[in-house]
Amino acid sequence: MTGLVGKPGRRGDLVRRVRGEVCFTDDLRLPRMLFAKILRSPHPHARIVGLDATKALALPGVVAVLTGKDLPVRFGIIPWTPDEHSLVVEKARFVGDGVAAIAALDERTAARACELVEVTWEVLPPVLDLDTARDQPAIGLGASGKDNVSKVVDLAFGDVDAALRGSALVVEGDYHFEGTAHAPIETHCALARYDSDGLLTVWSTTQVPHYLHRELSRVLQLSPARIRVIQPPVGGAFGGKSEPFGHEMVVAKLAMVTGRPVKILLTREEEFYVHRGRHPMRMHFAVGAQRDGKLTAVDAKTDIDGGAYSSFGLVTTYYSGQLLTLPSFAPNYRFSSTRYFTTKPPCGPKRGHGSVQPRFAFEITLDKIAVELGLDPIEIRRTNAVPGNSTLNGMRITSNGYLECLARVEAASQWKERRSKLGFGRGLGVASSAYISGTNYPIYPNEMPQSAVQLKVDRSGVVTVFNGASEIGQGTDTLLATIVADELGLDLGCVRVVSADSDLCPVDLGAYSSRGTFMNGNACLMAVREVKHKLVTAVAEKLAVPPADVFVTRGFLAARGLENQAIPVDEAIRLAEARFGTLGATGWYKSPPGLGGSYRGGTIGASPAYSFTAHVAEVKVDVETGFVEVVKVWCAHDCGKAICPSLVEGQIEGSVYMGVAEALLEEHLVDHRGLHAGPNFLDYRIPTSLDVGDVEALIVESIDPEGPLGAKEAGEGPLHSSIPAVANAIFDAVGIRLDRLPFSPARVLAALEAKRSV
Amino acid sequence: MLPLPSFALYAPTTLDDALALLRDHGPDTTLIAGGTDLLPNMKHGLLAPRHLVSLAQIPALRGVWVEGDVLRLGAMTNLETVAAHEVVLTRAAALAEAALSVGGPHHRRMGTLGGNLCLDTRCRYFNQTYFWREALGFCLKKDGTKCHVVEGGQRCVAAASNDTAAALLALEATIELVGPDGARSLPIRDFYTADGIANTTRAPQEIVVAVRVPLRPARASVYEKLRRRAAIDFPMISLAARLDAEEGRVNALEIAVSALAARPRMIRAASQAQGKSLAEVPRAAIAEAAFKECAPLPNIEGDPAWRKKLVRVLADRALRRLGLGPA
Repeated sequence: MTGLVGKPGRRGDLVRRVRGEVCFTDDLRLPRMLFAKILRSPHPHARIVGLDATKALALPGVVAVLTGKDLPVRFGIIPWTPDEHSLVVEKARFVGDGVAAIAALDERTAARACELVEVTWEVLPPVLDLDTARDQPAIGLGASGKDNVSKVVDLAFGDVDAALRGSALVVEGDYHFEGTAHAPIETHCALARYDSDGLLTVWSTTQVPHYLHRELSRVLQLSPARIRVIQPPVGGAFGGKSEPFGHEMVVAKLAMVTGRPVKILLTREEEFYVHRGRHPMRMHFAVGAQRDGKLTAVDAKTDIDGGAYSSFGLVTTYYSGQLLTLPSFAPNYRFSSTRYFTTKPPCGPKRGHGSVQPRFAFEITLDKIAVELGLDPIEIRRTNAVPGNSTLNGMRITSNGYLECLARVEAASQWKERRSKLGFGRGLGVASSAYISGTNYPIYPNEMPQSAVQLKVDRSGVVTVFNGASEIGQGTDTLLATIVADELGLDLGCVRVVSADSDLCPVDLGAYSSRGTFMNGNACLMAVREVKHKLVTAVAEKLAVPPADVFVTRGFLAARGLENQAIPVDEAIRLAEARFGTLGATGWYKSPPGLGGSYRGGTIGASPAYSFTAHVAEVKVDVETGFVEVVKVWCAHDCGKAICPSLVEGQIEGSVYMGVAEALLEEHLVDHRGLHAGPNFLDYRIPTSLDVGDVEALIVESIDPEGPLGAKEAGEGPLHSSIPAVANAIFDAVGIRLDRLPFSPARVLAALEAKRSV
Repeated sequence: MLPLPSFALYAPTTLDDALALLRDHGPDTTLIAGGTDLLPNMKHGLLAPRHLVSLAQIPALRGVWVEGDVLRLGAMTNLETVAAHEVVLTRAAALAEAALSVGGPHHRRMGTLGGNLCLDTRCRYFNQTYFWREALGFCLKKDGTKCHVVEGGQRCVAAASNDTAAALLALEATIELVGPDGARSLPIRDFYTADGIANTTRAPQEIVVAVRVPLRPARASVYEKLRRRAAIDFPMISLAARLDAEEGRVNALEIAVSALAARPRMIRAASQAQGKSLAEVPRAAIAEAAFKECAPLPNIEGDPAWRKKLVRVLADRALRRLGLGPA
């Protein structure tokens, strides 16, 4: 350790980003490039009876038209549920489903040509809510065509019924979440080139270039050896770019058909249609407790609105139950989750995949129990903190900073002095959560590494990290540069990171499930330590000392007792290159085998390490208008070890802002016609800088034994409990329980009036 | 991105040239001021004029002048300037507050007072892309025959969404126009109509030149806006109040409310304040009457029942800020 790890500092590309020097996918221009547009279904559910593109093809400037027939192979992120076509083959399943694609000399012509494609539709009955999905199986959106079911998970641990019967108190409630979108500033964009040597290159705004590589190969029936996938810098993803998309297949096919590069940039409206946002969920929770606050059992029943396609839905359905058993929980648990298909934009993973919604339900229930029993809501969480190194459902815990998280937010918010003492209209609420640091198993079963880097060490003193992982704003590039620079004593500016290019970088599975720091960090540490060993050996030989006497410090390698003969790092690199030949190293990470429960689905939710989070929110409620202001949020997050603390703070702040926005403002609504209620940034409101309160990020370091330098995730965990913390604070402020998100002023005012009239 | 339809752009430097361009190019011509309303609407296919006549290069339209007891604001004065002008701030505060509440800083820099007064009415079924509106089956205001706000409705009820209109109504402003038949001016309360398809009496070949705001001694005014976020959003309720008081007594109180339907309305019950001492003004009764007089529709975002209740709250807050009623 040479002093870079754990020190505040800015992201490596910060200045270039702020000054507009970063080249995003849409900034790329290739000679002879065409522009594509996709014609989309105006119906939530309809069969294509006829499709005539003659007029569109005849429009001057139009070069090619594709329809579903040109791309007949289905794809999907989960190998067991490939149910998407690049363009609709038979039935459109939501308003916005892609039907045909046009490549033209310019974007305006392509858009105009879309309007000239004549589609004859047979309109089919839509499924726009969970009741219809459950009660009208004949509509047949499911794989069997006999129901609308996407996935059912029923798991039980212990005797829930007996435990509930024996409880002093059982709190039951229904909770609703209507869905939210990722709302990245950069909409999806893809560019494809098919050259005369038969190489297809696709640049895309993806956070999973490797899975895109695989699915391009499958859909285009092209060997992966003839495909190169490049992920340029991404302008926000949040899970919305974590699977292959139809438009990526479309531009690749159009490039192959036309022999010219083809680009597509989705509009903001289309961004809301391709979606993969957080799933709407309807949750029923019954939680039992003894008088002392000790929980007895949790019984959860959840209906999940998956939208049109499977996406990650299989995982979502498991996550809706599996990830609830930390950090405070009961010894008996049953959950039954059913994901239904509906004719709405497909849902998928958004920051905190699948588990943010049940966390909302559970943490409010816990608050209700504490209030009912007259206990301090922080104390009841301590009482029920899961002990030991394993959860009820078989998840292995290697490090746990949960109690410290609680203590930190308790102290920082002056919880004991201020809770319930701020007067009517103002209050404090607490909630807590835990999250995975990467899924222990890859999406497609294999024994290869999940993460990898290659280091190139140049005699100029520059080390380049060829890194498979996806930098999507979370800072993995900076993390790797910090690890390498710190190990070798280099300046950060002497480490370059080249990421997410399938021709240059080894495979990494992508930026999802909060796996970057843990897996990519470990891979990088392994590689750089091999290089370090060579430098140390070469320097030891040069100074004629045993290697154990050599140490790395900022800018130099030196030997104990011979500090005045310290050798600059670049000189050490040249010595090592002379001694060992051209320098380089590979590093990889494979998660430990056998993690997770030994039951069906027991591996979903298994992670090499778990992060822990506690939130306290302070709110002010305007009892005349119903507006809730989140004055401040204290968030303590156990990230194991903050290698780049400024980035950890950034992730905490970003997570809290996103969570508070979902608590107060955001709602992804599809109306009774199947139309999105407002697919634009005026109707779908994300907060402006004036709409967010203060956030105090409190870093807790539990030093995970398997994490790189002890580190765990920080990108998603700090979101989860921010939402119920706000709900619980509203109760503390004005005594109302809000079980439906978001807490719009109309809902708050209605609840206040209902309470007054009681 | 959404393509902007093609058009020819003209930038005359005098009003006469602008009028001539409007005359020569006929009905397929539209004026453009700051463009913050027009250009997104064009991208949504709500209009596709072949000719755009920009007013940006006409110096006579830009400026704020005090002419005796009248404040005159050129139509092309941007909202940022209006909001920061000392005389507006001190003598016509409701206008300054309204101008400052429009959009975000970029909108206020580009957007103009005249443009805001001529802002097209807004509706959740209208301000969407062509694709979306086609999927809906279009609406009464554009390309269709059906109103989705009022079932069976035959008159468009899209909402007047310009912040400055309510303020200028309360301030008894006059609007100056020039057209092929010469100049005319009219009280701003006669400028708006109840027709959501075109809610002003401006003829297509007329240009809004300026707004005149009378400066009265002992006059105070305030503006209240209901919106979900502290910036960007159009009003869900727009409310302005003006008080003329002398020796602690109310000479006149006027309250204008907008973002209901196409035409901003004056609250009749405001006259209850007439002649009363400031502290005796029945603030709660006037707010209650305002609540009863206004009927928000599901034409823009926000539960109409909640928006209706908020008329009462906003009216109460406006009157309280004017020092009316019990403390």
